[in-house]
Amino acid sequence: MSPLSSKHLLEIEDFNHDDIELVLETARSFAEINERSIKKLPTLRGRTIINLFLEPSTRTRTSFEIASKRLSADAVNMAGSSSSTVKGESLKDTAQTLSAMSCDLAIIRHKFSGAPRILAENMDCHVINGGDGIHQHPTQTLLDLFTIRERFGSIKGKTVGIVGDILHSRVAGSLAPALNSLGARVVFIAPPTMLPARPDILGGEVVYSLDDIVSELDIVYLLRIQAERASKIGVPSLREYSNLYCMDARRAKKLSKNALIMHPGPMNRGVEISSDLADDPRTAVLDQVTSGVAVRMAIMYLMLGGDSNGATA
Amino acid sequence: MALLLKGGRVIDPKVDLDGIYDVVIRDGVIQEIGSDLSIPKGVTCDCTGRIILPGLFDMHTHLREPGYEYKEDIESGTRAAVKGGFTGIACMPNTHPVADNSSVIDFIKKKAAQSAHCRVYPIGAITKNLEGEDLTEMADMLSAGAVAFSDDGKGIQNAGVMRQAMDYAKMFPATLIAHEEDKSLVGSGCVNEGPISTKLGLPGQPGISETIAAQRDIELCDLTGCRLHVAHVSSYHTVDALRDAKKRGIPVTAEVTPHHLLLTEDDLSTTYDTNLKMNPPLRSKEDRAALIEGLLDGTIDCIASDHAPHAPHEKEREFERAAYGTTGLETSLSLMLTHFVAKGIFGYGTLVEKMSDAPRRALGIDTVTIEKGSCADLTIIDPNYSFIVDTDERESKARNSAFVGWELTGRASDVLIAGYFKMRDGEVVE
Repeated sequence: MSPLSSKHLLEIEDFNHDDIELVLETARSFAEINERSIKKLPTLRGRTIINLFLEPSTRTRTSFEIASKRLSADAVNMAGSSSSTVKGESLKDTAQTLSAMSCDLAIIRHKFSGAPRILAENMDCHVINGGDGIHQHPTQTLLDLFTIRERFGSIKGKTVGIVGDILHSRVAGSLAPALNSLGARVVFIAPPTMLPARPDILGGEVVYSLDDIVSELDIVYLLRIQAERASKIGVPSLREYSNLYCMDARRAKKLSKNALIMHPGPMNRGVEISSDLADDPRTAVLDQVTSGVAVRMAIMYLMLGGDSNGATA
Repeated sequence: MALLLKGGRVIDPKVDLDGIYDVVIRDGVIQEIGSDLSIPKGVTCDCTGRIILPGLFDMHTHLREPGYEYKEDIESGTRAAVKGGFTGIACMPNTHPVADNSSVIDFIKKKAAQSAHCRVYPIGAITKNLEGEDLTEMADMLSAGAVAFSDDGKGIQNAGVMRQAMDYAKMFPATLIAHEEDKSLVGSGCVNEGPISTKLGLPGQPGISETIAAQRDIELCDLTGCRLHVAHVSSYHTVDALRDAKKRGIPVTAEVTPHHLLLTEDDLSTTYDTNLKMNPPLRSKEDRAALIEGLLDGTIDCIASDHAPHAPHEKEREFERAAYGTTGLETSLSLMLTHFVAKGIFGYGTLVEKMSDAPRRALGIDTVTIEKGSCADLTIIDPNYSFIVDTDERESKARNSAFVGWELTGRASDVLIAGYFKMRDGEVVE
C-alpha cells in the first residue's frame, strides 16, 4: 500500500502537502545513499518499470533510468522511434498492450498535454508524468522544490522569479502552482507574447522587466528558450531576448549573495544565462540534476509501497 | 390513408395556433383541425398529453457519406435525426469526395431517396475541395438539389475569395453558410483561450478569432447583398457583431448549438475529455450567457446541432489529436425541452421558430405549417418522458456525445413525414 494519497502523479496537484513533504523527506535519504560508493538498493527488486519516452529526452529519461536501477527495478526503455506509435498505434492501444505485460509503473513523456491521463485510464499500474506538452513536468517540480529546500530550508516567504517562455513551459506549469501553494511569491518575468492567457491561474504575478525586479528575487528560475524557433515563440530575435532577460553578471550583482539561480536544462549559454554565471556558485543547475535522481527514486519507492523509514535501509 | 391525431396540444405560431385539437391527415395532407373529429376508416393516434409541432429541422449536420461511412451514413444519420424529432436536415459538404460538384450532390440525393428516414437537403461547398481558393459550380449544384453553400469546418480565409463567392451566390440567390475562424489567430488552438487553456496546457484560441472573421463577412454581406448565415456562434463578441449587423439591416442570420448554449470551458475541468473538444470550442460563462441572450432577443435565429459523428478511435486519443465535435441529432430537442422550455426560458412557440421555421427560412426552404391543406410533416413531443443520455442506445453509428450521463425530460415520441409515421412511440419505423 502506497503511503501517497494519489495512485498516479499526472500533475503536481495530485500530491497534497503531506505527499510533497514525504517525497522530499524520503529523497533526502536517497540523496545520502547516492553519495555512497555502492548506490544500489534491493528495494524494488522484481518490479518492472517502463520508461515510455515518446518525445526526445536525455536528462529526464536518464534520471528516471538511473533512479529505477539504483532501486534494483527492471527498467525497460521505450523511445518514440522504436514504439508502435510510429506504426500508427494509438496511445490507448499502447497503454493496454503494456498493461497486459503486467508492469508496475509507467513513466511517460509526451508532446501532447494530457497524454499521461490516457495511460492512467488504460493501465492498471502507477503512472508518472515525465513531461506532457506545455502542461506540466511534476517530477521536475519536486526536484526543484528539493533543491530550494536544501539551500534555504524553507520555501515559504521566498520570492521566485520564473523568467522566459512561461506560455510553452511545462516546467513553469507545475512549478508555479506548487511554489504558490507552499507559500512562495511567484513572479513571471517575460514579454506578454510568452505569457499564457491567465497567468494568475498558475499562481503568479507578472512583471515584464527583469531589471525592475531582480533585486527582490531570492530565486531566479530561468526557462530554456527554444533557440531554433525564437521568432515563433514571441521574440524578434535571440539577441533582443538576451538583452532583456539573460541572467548575466550585471544583473547578478543586484541579486543577494544567498540567491539561487536555477535552470531545468539544457542551458543556452548566452541566451538565458551568461556563460560565466552558469558556473557561479549561486547557480544550482547541477544540484538540480543530482536532486533529480534522489527525488525520482523517492517517488518510485513511495508509489510502489515503501515508507520514509525504509529508504534509509 | 387517413390518420387522426387525437387530443394533442397543437402549436404553430405562424397561424396563431395553440390549443387542444384533433388533426385529420389524409393522403399526407392536413385535412382538418378541430375538436371532436373522427374518421370513418384509418388510424387514430391518441395524443393526449403530447405536443404537436411543425416538423423540426436541423440545418447543420454531418452525415459523413460519401467517404466516411464508418462514422455515419445517410441511413444511420437520418435514423438519428428522426429519433431526435427532425423531419428534415441539411448536411454539410465535408465528405470524401467533397460535395463540391453536382455529381456528389446528386449521389447524396439519390442515396437519400433510397435509404433516408427523413428529408435530406445537401449543402454544397463554396470552394473546390474546401481549399478556400476556387469557386465551385454553384448553379450546377443548385440544379442537382443543393440548398446552400458552405466551407464548414475550415472557413474561407481569403477575403477576396469570400467576396467573389458572395457576389456570385447572390444572383441565384443562395445562402452562404460561414464557418467563422481566422486561422492566423487560431493557430493550433484547440480550446478557448483562457483559464482552462492555461490550466490544462492546451493551445488556446481567442473568441475574437471567430468575431474578426464574422465581422469581415458581415461587411462583405453588406457590400454584396448576398444572404449570409453564420454557423455555430460561440463568442459574445460575435453576438454583438450580429446584433449590430441586424440593426443595420444586413441580411445575415445565425445559429447556435445546444452544446454552446449549455456547456462552458469550465466543463473541461482537468479531465481532457475529448467529447468536449469542439470547433469552435466551448467558451466562457460570459460567452454562454450572451448566446442565450442573443437567442432570446432574435440576434441568433436558430438552433442547429452541428451533429459531428466520429468513430471511437478518433476521440479516444490525445486531446490535441482528437477529432472535433459531438453528436447532436438525438439530444438537441431533449436538451432544449429540459433546460429551456421546462424552465420557462422560452416556450414552444419559440422552439418552433428556432428549430423549425428559422432554419428553413435561412436556407430558403418553405416552412412547415399546421393548417388545412399543408403537407403533414409533424413532430410530436412527449414532454414527460425522462431518460439518461446513454451512448449504447443510439441510432447514430457514433458514440461521441458531450452529454453522456445527463438526465433529460421530454423527447420526440412520434415523427410524421408527408403523413407517414417515421417514428412511433419512440421507435424508428423500419
